[in-house]
Amino acid sequence: MAALEDRWVSSFSFLLFCAVSIPILGSASLVQELSPHEYFSGLQANKASLAYFSRTVSPGAQPFLEQIENSVEALHDYGISVVKVKCPKEDVSRYCGKENALRKAYLFRGNVLIREFPTDALFDVNSIVANVLFALLFHEVKYVETLTDLQNIENALKGKSNMVFAYVPATGTAEHRAVMEVAFVYGTVHQFVLTTEATLLKDAGNDPDVSSAQLLFCHCQQATDLAQPCRRTPLEHDLTVLNIHRHLKLMGAPLVTEVAEDPEKVSTVHLQLGLPLVFILSQKETYEADRRTAEFLAWKLLGKAGVAILSRDVVDLNILRRSNIALKTPDEGVPIKYLVLEDTEEVITLVEDKSKVKQIQENEDEDEEDEDEKENDDQDVQDDQVVEAVSRDKKRELPLDQILTLTEETFHSAMLEAAQTVVLFYASWEAVSLVVLQSYTEVADHLKGTQGILLSRVNCWDWPGVCTMENVTQFPTIKIYKKGEQPITYNGMLGTEELTSFIMLSQVSCPLKLATIDEAERYLSGELPSELSSYQHSLVLGVFSTATSKVREAFTEAGSILSGHVTTGIYFEDDVLALSHKYAVSPPALLLARSSSQSIEGISLSKQSAQDIVQMIRYELLDVFPEITVQNLPHYLQLRKPFLIFFSDGDIGQIESKEMLKLAKGRSQQAFVSCWLNLKNTPVGRGVLKAYFATIPSLPALVWVNLHAGGQVFKFPSEQSITEMNILSWLEKLKAGLEIPSSTLSEEDWKPPLPAYNFLQMMEAAGPEFTLHTSSHQEDRREQQQLEGSEEKATVREEPIEEARVKAEKAQGPGRDLRGTAPRLAGREKQARRHSEL
Amino acid sequence: MARGLFLRLVLSALCAAGAAAFLYHDYCVLGAGPAGLQAAYFLQRAGRDYVVFERSHAPGSFFAIYPRHRKLISINKRHTGKSNSEFNLRHDWNSLLSHEPRLLFRRYSRQFFPHADAMVRYLEDFAAMLGLRIRYDTAIVHVTLEKDPRAWNGHYFVLSDQNRQSYKCSCLLVATGTWVPNVVNFPGSEYVEGYETVSTNPEDFAGQTVLILGRGNSAFETAENILGVTNFIHMVSRSRVRLSWATHYVGDLRAINNGLLDTYQLKSLDGLLEGDLEDLAIVKDKKGKLHITLRFYLENRNTSAGIDGITLPQDELDNFATRAPYDRVIRCLGWKFDFSIYNRMMPGRGNKSKYPQIKPSYESRGTRGLFVLGTASHSVDFRKSAGGFIHGFRYTTRAVHRLLENRHHGVPWPSAVYPITQLTNSIIKRVNEASGLYQMFSVLADIILLRENATAFEYLEEYPVGILAELETQTGRKAPAGLFVVIMEYGRNFSGDDKDVFYYNRAVGEAQHAWQSNFLHPVIYYYKRLPTEREMRLHPPDWPLPRPDAIHHIVEDFLTDWTAPNAHILPLRRFLENCLSTDLRNFFAESCFLFALTRQKLPPFCQQGYARMQGLTGSERLRRHAVEAGLLEDYAVTDFSGDKLPDSRQGSHDQLLRDHVIPLRPLHHLVNAKDEF
Repeated sequence: MAALEDRWVSSFSFLLFCAVSIPILGSASLVQELSPHEYFSGLQANKASLAYFSRTVSPGAQPFLEQIENSVEALHDYGISVVKVKCPKEDVSRYCGKENALRKAYLFRGNVLIREFPTDALFDVNSIVANVLFALLFHEVKYVETLTDLQNIENALKGKSNMVFAYVPATGTAEHRAVMEVAFVYGTVHQFVLTTEATLLKDAGNDPDVSSAQLLFCHCQQATDLAQPCRRTPLEHDLTVLNIHRHLKLMGAPLVTEVAEDPEKVSTVHLQLGLPLVFILSQKETYEADRRTAEFLAWKLLGKAGVAILSRDVVDLNILRRSNIALKTPDEGVPIKYLVLEDTEEVITLVEDKSKVKQIQENEDEDEEDEDEKENDDQDVQDDQVVEAVSRDKKRELPLDQILTLTEETFHSAMLEAAQTVVLFYASWEAVSLVVLQSYTEVADHLKGTQGILLSRVNCWDWPGVCTMENVTQFPTIKIYKKGEQPITYNGMLGTEELTSFIMLSQVSCPLKLATIDEAERYLSGELPSELSSYQHSLVLGVFSTATSKVREAFTEAGSILSGHVTTGIYFEDDVLALSHKYAVSPPALLLARSSSQSIEGISLSKQSAQDIVQMIRYELLDVFPEITVQNLPHYLQLRKPFLIFFSDGDIGQIESKEMLKLAKGRSQQAFVSCWLNLKNTPVGRGVLKAYFATIPSLPALVWVNLHAGGQVFKFPSEQSITEMNILSWLEKLKAGLEIPSSTLSEEDWKPPLPAYNFLQMMEAAGPEFTLHTSSHQEDRREQQQLEGSEEKATVREEPIEEARVKAEKAQGPGRDLRGTAPRLAGREKQARRHSEL
Repeated sequence: MARGLFLRLVLSALCAAGAAAFLYHDYCVLGAGPAGLQAAYFLQRAGRDYVVFERSHAPGSFFAIYPRHRKLISINKRHTGKSNSEFNLRHDWNSLLSHEPRLLFRRYSRQFFPHADAMVRYLEDFAAMLGLRIRYDTAIVHVTLEKDPRAWNGHYFVLSDQNRQSYKCSCLLVATGTWVPNVVNFPGSEYVEGYETVSTNPEDFAGQTVLILGRGNSAFETAENILGVTNFIHMVSRSRVRLSWATHYVGDLRAINNGLLDTYQLKSLDGLLEGDLEDLAIVKDKKGKLHITLRFYLENRNTSAGIDGITLPQDELDNFATRAPYDRVIRCLGWKFDFSIYNRMMPGRGNKSKYPQIKPSYESRGTRGLFVLGTASHSVDFRKSAGGFIHGFRYTTRAVHRLLENRHHGVPWPSAVYPITQLTNSIIKRVNEASGLYQMFSVLADIILLRENATAFEYLEEYPVGILAELETQTGRKAPAGLFVVIMEYGRNFSGDDKDVFYYNRAVGEAQHAWQSNFLHPVIYYYKRLPTEREMRLHPPDWPLPRPDAIHHIVEDFLTDWTAPNAHILPLRRFLENCLSTDLRNFFAESCFLFALTRQKLPPFCQQGYARMQGLTGSERLRRHAVEAGLLEDYAVTDFSGDKLPDSRQGSHDQLLRDHVIPLRPLHHLVNAKDEF
């Protein structure tokens, strides 16, 4: 950014030097001192000079002289020399003779006096430059006081040239100077109009804030209608030479640039000035309409972005056929983004969002340059969403009365009380623990009145012994204790619903041994076990012949591993074949009933180890075409396959659902996860879409994401209808590399969000003082002894400093004065020294 | 284990052959004082073959006599307002470490400064309840080495007791304390009474003028006892008085004994003097009064003239400070280690020879396999930390035991492996409750060994930092990818003899100035690789460790409670993140969901939680807080016209919009962390 600004500065000053030829006269930096005769005889015809006359140095003029001297260089840039004329004592001429003439400065062009300034109008460099230029550019910059004057000028300009209308609250200000300096260069190109009347500004109807200066560019050259005022584009930044110059350059650029080359190579004024460039991708057939769109957009974006129209017939672009907009940012190395947008509003939001972000970044950059303190402040600000959320909630008392608080003493006896005791081991200072504790209270609420379940908690910060004994190595840990059994550690989502379900399902010891076919059927229909009959859940029945004992053991083990997540039953009576025939399997086999559907599926069991069976059951229980949610995504992520996601704002349409299900069940089922996402249920899906397409595309949208391989994102063409055939052929094209990704997921590592305090460096910086503390003391003492005579004075002198320090600290405001801030620490050093001396 | 068994077989074979009539044990512990019992406890728990030799008939015989005035100056703080047993040990300076909750000292005395008899009872119970194997009435009078290449250390220790019974051990743990009184010899020192035998009945001192030699706690304790009945007490020592609250060293003068400082400074006749006892001489006059003079005068005296012939300082300098004669002179100069039985295998420490020379691993510099425990091991941290006192050496003894377990039994230093997401938590947990780190500050440290790729770490507790370079061989653990050292320190220039420790603004409150903290606070060193022995030797004198690759100070805390989310935990997290070059923030499941679908990589918290189906859902209320803080985006609000949003959400929507303009910042800077108001 800084480099860019430098570029403007240099180009601007280059302009300046071209516009005016500057005769160099003597030393540039010093005020010339001449006698009246020398001065008047040396005046050149077209040369402006600012002169003041002095007899002796009068004390009142001193500050004025300083300011004049400071502005010598600035005025020199405009070819104006500054001369101090020394009046001889006996001189009684016009300029030297009168006492009050000596309190003035005179502006000459050649030997013509243009204006005389009272010295109090020239109070600083800004006012000197502004007033001098104002006087010289009398024609180029018109000063108006009434609306009529303004309108007259405007009307006169229509069809001829453009107008720059500036409002400054007062003349002689920095803004005034900036306007004058720009007018010096552009005065011949545009008509400049200046006012200090706020009413004129109000009438122009732009910004009611009259306390700050404003500048409007009035497009009068193209205006044809005399009745209508010219179109205006306000400068939305502070009035500085750079900003005005930039604004005028932008206004002068063509409204819409015609492009007939690779957009990557295109460079316009906008890009050079750090603004984005929007390409309208056009075709021969639609060119006229596109041109109108481009112009419309260009007016909307004037001063914020450039607009170019690119004909695809001329340039062969390797981009999606249906992309209609491209966005090029001024940042180097950022590739052009091709987008499919439907409304010009979308383009405007896109550009404005970008520039907003950019502006914030710029501000941050400036802040960093300003002072390091700011950076430290950021370091101090909590950026952990979980910790911050918990901190903000710490004043609220949790409704913990449903949850038994256990201690080292009561822990073991409590485990004997209920059939099933749930224990949350947590640390009261730890944020994640406290989040889970909140969910836990909600679980307690859900389970209120359920027989045989006791919810309890142990604060490991109070009772580390029991936590160590129970093998709790991290916080939070949730365990379920059942009489006479090994405790089960909960390893699911730390959320209310999931935990509630786990506790409910854990009531039943798995796998449940079923004794008759009737029991098995009741189990499959969810009637058994009776504790869970009203609770919807997925279940698995293992069907074994009496002989297959090894697989049965493995299944039994798998059942207990899955306990709490899935209920499992086991059947291996003599009449097992009757049951297995019904579901068209032969033992060993599994019968699955998903919570989401009524049907029962039979799968033959070929795996031998418990872990494999667990994996298999988990896999089989996954839906074919699930609605993806925050809760269930991890299950599907584990498959490590690409995702085909149907984003829908609300429920999925029946047709789409049918087609997608067909697709999901089809031969390609093994290759990818097809799923849908309901933005109403999972609003964060909008964040996903924004990340993919920069804005939210029209919904529904079908998206292919290569999550684990390359991260490319493709969008199914919205003009095609969602049918199995269309999707399959699109997928073929993807595979063949014929489609161009809309975006690619970042593969950036997760780096530290902010730097840490560099204590090592701080200690080193303070090094000598810090480590050689004692020896510096001795030196001080020696000095003190030498100065013994003046000791009293020294103390007297020191006291006001001390007071001032205290005052300074107080002045930092309440709250701050209690902090060990840097000045205080410095003060402490001072104090420590004093203590040792006394 | 197998090795030990084998050795025992070999040895019993030797015995059978009648080579020598000795009893063999893997470990021999000398002394059944606190350190000896502590060592025995760990050996017993580990199932090792050991024996403790005690010359007295009961444990803790030193405490049966000392301190003479029977008041222990180790605090017995029975209430801390906390139930955390580990934390409470920080303020219980008398208990030994054990699994037995009945063996906590607060069950033995209600007094803050307990009676020494309580310690004797405590030690007796400790030995009895835990069934420690101790041979009482066995005074080891001689120790020699017997070279044998099969022995653990290339030699056996052969011990003989007062009855000429011999014992053979592979490893000798010396926990005999320092019990030999320090004595100074000067002309007239025969008139001096020792602290060991001097009367403790104040009545015996009524109306007397007393001179005390020494300036330690025993000297002040003696003075305190008789302060109210004497004419006046003078106290002479070479060094100036060192106050433990100024030096934060518990061996210096404790406030409980410092009554004499009051009476001196308030000109109530008592007084302190500095002078070298070696230059002193005492002469007794005919009335039995004791006069102070200088050895220098005595050397030139006229031998025949008796007392009258001796020049007294006041003869030349008539306002000489100690010109008044004394009724009694008492020597309270402390104790030293008994070197006599070791046959030169244990050199003393420099000139002072108060303590045996040992390495930071507590192993003798001269003899391998010989370890010094307890008070006698204080040379490692003399005048620095608490290694000479029960509340310090109970931890160093455990550390020595762990070193031995690794060296001789192949049991590596106990450790736990955690996922990297638990790193901040494990440090915060330890610095808030660990008592060994707290008491043995700058000596014992927790070591965190990083695994490759920094996805997990291994946590080792209370390792002696002095032998950091030897970590891999001493613990049997590997440090392949860098390490953190968690240690506690006082500010470098804060306390000391001459320092004013009460100056204004002595406490630092802001995390960014934490390195200037003065009071005990946690410090974390980061090394990309294990420091070498050379680096350890050459480390800066003020530092306990060589220069690290990065360092972090957790700002000192008035309550020693380092759990503040913004002042303590956040800066620590940033430090760890920057050392590991990763992002250690916690995320709600919703954020992880977004990352999982929009980025190719997940932050560790999502990777190790959400992706393994252990995401942190969080309550609606908390998620809303996160949204208000601007740390979580609420995507539901962009779809505001939607039918799913209840009216109550309107508020949060407005809030969100407002927050986008003015981000709310936590008000932590208003919280005053300093000890002033």
